[in-house]
Amino acid sequence: MIATIAFYLFATLTIVPALAVIFARNPVHSVLWLILAFFNAAGLMLLLGAEFIAMLVVIVYVGAVAVLFLFVVMMLDIDFASLRSGFTKNLPFGLLLALVLAFEIFVAVMSRQAGPALSGRHIPDAAQPNIVALGQLLYSRYLFPFEIAGLILLVAMIGAIVLTHRRRADPRTPNMSKQIRRRPEDAMKLTQPKVGEGVKL
Amino acid sequence: MIGLGHYLTVAAILFTIGVLGIFLNRRNVILMLMAIELILLAVNINLVAFSAYLGDLTGQVLAMFVLTVAAAEAAIGLAILVIFFRRRGSIAVDDVNRMHG
Repeated sequence: MIATIAFYLFATLTIVPALAVIFARNPVHSVLWLILAFFNAAGLMLLLGAEFIAMLVVIVYVGAVAVLFLFVVMMLDIDFASLRSGFTKNLPFGLLLALVLAFEIFVAVMSRQAGPALSGRHIPDAAQPNIVALGQLLYSRYLFPFEIAGLILLVAMIGAIVLTHRRRADPRTPNMSKQIRRRPEDAMKLTQPKVGEGVKL
Repeated sequence: MIGLGHYLTVAAILFTIGVLGIFLNRRNVILMLMAIELILLAVNINLVAFSAYLGDLTGQVLAMFVLTVAAAEAAIGLAILVIFFRRRGSIAVDDVNRMHG
């Protein structure tokens, strides 16, 4: 009973914020709704017994991706009002398209239920904790894809840095070699002017 | 009793919302990227649901890889967005026509 209530709670709180993401006028609100949707999707995954993926969704999606979005939305000075032109023009056709797509997916899901493969299966009781099982699988059978995933993240990191890094025209950092090359003879001059004469600069 | 179909339904609705978001906000790249994140989240829910109901952890491993790709895609996409904004002062997709012929 409580699982059913929890499922419908999490499902509603995933779908309604997802709608709010695409319909919100302010993109900052969009990101905040996105965070709420991610949290509740993590709740759905918890209900399925996938604790590790749920925590990963919270850490990666909320902690990294959504915050990255928030940074970019707040940093760039964008006129979002002008970007919404064409929204109402696209709305009827977009809704039609979405309804057709949803209908197709539902038909696919229903036809799957007619098949013998999965009907009436329950979530099996786990013999060991989810994280232990996942770790054993990940570091044995899926070791190579796991390494590739790490490589993808590395490439993405380097790519993002290379793309956005820019050299300033007026560097604020001191020029090291110029400072080291500077000698006392070049920098200052000792003079002893006579009385009544000034120093020639 | 909550079955596999319930989870698939939630994922299907989420996927459709993501597609609708891409379609409606065709000029705003940030919202398009967010809609892509929603689509990937729907895929993840599907993978985890099937993994749980089949008793096979492969789906969860795949969900992890989808998560990795989603993070990489967001980082690169937003980096491209930042340099595009720096050059053009706008993020409207209609302005991305420098390379047409």
